[in-house]
Amino acid sequence: MKLLLEKAHIENIRLYDVYRREGGYRSVEKALKMTPDEIVDQVKRSGLRGRGGAGFPTGMKWSFIAKPEGVPRHLVCNADESEPGTFKDRYLMEFIPHLLIEGLIVSSFALGSNVTYIYIRGEYAWIVDILEQAIIEAKNNGWLGKNIQGTGFDCEIYVQRGAGAYICGEETALIESLEGKRGNPRIKPPFPAVKGVWDRPTVVNNVETLAAVVPIINMGGDEYAKIGVGKSTGTKLISACGNLNKPGVYEIDMTISVEEFIYSDKYCGGIANGRKLKACIPGGSSVPILPANLLLKTAKGETRYMNYESLSDGGFATGSMMGSGGFIVLDEDQCVVRHTLTLARFYRHESCGQCSPCREGTGWMEKILKNIEYGKGKMSDIDLLWDIQSRIEGNTICPLGDAAAWPVAAAIRHFRDEFEWHVFNPDECLKRNYGLAHYADERALAV
Amino acid sequence: MSSFSQAQMIEFNRLVARYPEGKQKSALLPVLHLAQESFGGWLSAETMDYVASLLGVEPIEVYEVATFYSMYNLKPVGKYMFEVCQTGPCMLRGSDSIIAYIEEKLGIKPGETTLDGMFTLKTVECLGACGYAPMMQLGKHYREHLTSEKVDAIIEECRKNAAMNN
Repeated sequence: MKLLLEKAHIENIRLYDVYRREGGYRSVEKALKMTPDEIVDQVKRSGLRGRGGAGFPTGMKWSFIAKPEGVPRHLVCNADESEPGTFKDRYLMEFIPHLLIEGLIVSSFALGSNVTYIYIRGEYAWIVDILEQAIIEAKNNGWLGKNIQGTGFDCEIYVQRGAGAYICGEETALIESLEGKRGNPRIKPPFPAVKGVWDRPTVVNNVETLAAVVPIINMGGDEYAKIGVGKSTGTKLISACGNLNKPGVYEIDMTISVEEFIYSDKYCGGIANGRKLKACIPGGSSVPILPANLLLKTAKGETRYMNYESLSDGGFATGSMMGSGGFIVLDEDQCVVRHTLTLARFYRHESCGQCSPCREGTGWMEKILKNIEYGKGKMSDIDLLWDIQSRIEGNTICPLGDAAAWPVAAAIRHFRDEFEWHVFNPDECLKRNYGLAHYADERALAV
Repeated sequence: MSSFSQAQMIEFNRLVARYPEGKQKSALLPVLHLAQESFGGWLSAETMDYVASLLGVEPIEVYEVATFYSMYNLKPVGKYMFEVCQTGPCMLRGSDSIIAYIEEKLGIKPGETTLDGMFTLKTVECLGACGYAPMMQLGKHYREHLTSEKVDAIIEECRKNAAMNN
């Protein structure tokens, strides 16, 4: 089922006239006849959860916004998509930009934001042009600006480019960056809903979340909630990458199994080059890596599905997370130590440096992983690595610390023998990879 | 010392006008992008001081931002910068060998610029093109599904463009 990308491939859907002809901006027409509270209620009923990674209920987040008399409020769209493995928001903005603009107008009306910002990662430079063009078209057609559709509601949308910093995807770092500062996360409370950009009440939502408001208003929150399963309502964009036959962005309703997603021709079409599945990070680089057997089936032997509950079944011991939907697949030829090293380097590079456990710990983890990968590791290094990650987790202002610790912890938890093999075979590990060993299950081995 | 042209000042004013009165510092990141594009692809101390004076902030407020974000170049770079992603998903699809190929082809290491000032090689962390890996950013756009043949073609294309613009 497709709600967001259904029309993404229609020729010239980027243009206002085509988008409008295909039913675009209907949700704005509908929403402007509702009260803001009614819109918030519909979003609550939809069960929509934040699509950036944390999965927090969007309607609830909206209801927290403070409304002090005479103080402007702001909606900020988080388009700082930077989690390795994640490229879904880029796809949405690049191919169907008006869907985001439409969602932003409805959401701005619901929250009372007269000036709304899209904070986009600086590297997506060409998408800034696409969005600004869509904004101009929307404005020329009376969906933005003063007194929209005669309702008395004013709204402007501006696009601000970041300049290369993963941390700015964290909402308080994003707000700092929007204010023209370094992206250092703020201590919470106060939460942005009370004191956000320029100390004004602010809601920060991911691109996909805000786009999902469009089908929610069009079909009604209750209908939206019927799609999917349990608390995983609606559809989710999954960006699949790594050693797959058909990497790319897929919109799924959250009832399909992980196995179907990887192997079916409708989705990823199986592992590339006839190789076997070794491991997968199902929700962006921060979430725990799982070996093939635990990926396809839970520890209880049940089928694992592509939704919030099923992907986290078993907790961190035997499960992972839906996260941002960045689905990274490793085939049998890949080295888990090397892959983890690239992630540790990433987090060391992206740590803002405010909190010492993260600033120092990420650097130590990278160094130790480098030693192990290049045949200079000791057995005690593996325990040291475990010790360091456990001291970062939970001890930092923002979740980047956890995000840096989890991939290392999960790699050791599930692939300890591969780390040990590197230590015991310092020469061999430079020449060849450890391979599959016992990680893959029968399904993976059969394919 | 250089300053913005009239057209650049119009863009500067457009950027500043997006923020509430008295909050013009918020335009700092976009203005630094504009300055970098306008003054040779990097930010000198003079350029940063100029941006500070335009926005009415202390120079240190500009330095601390310019040094934080990876897209601002604090020293001169080549006419064409190959920013090649090396994070996990790209590594799984062979980015290490693409980087090695560019190193060999251009005779430079990451962070270096060719003697003719034409090319800079920079390794970067995830740019959000994981499904189309390996990839690099070249100017405003991404070059994806890289192979050694594609790298050759890109180098050729840059040389042609440079010759045409001379």
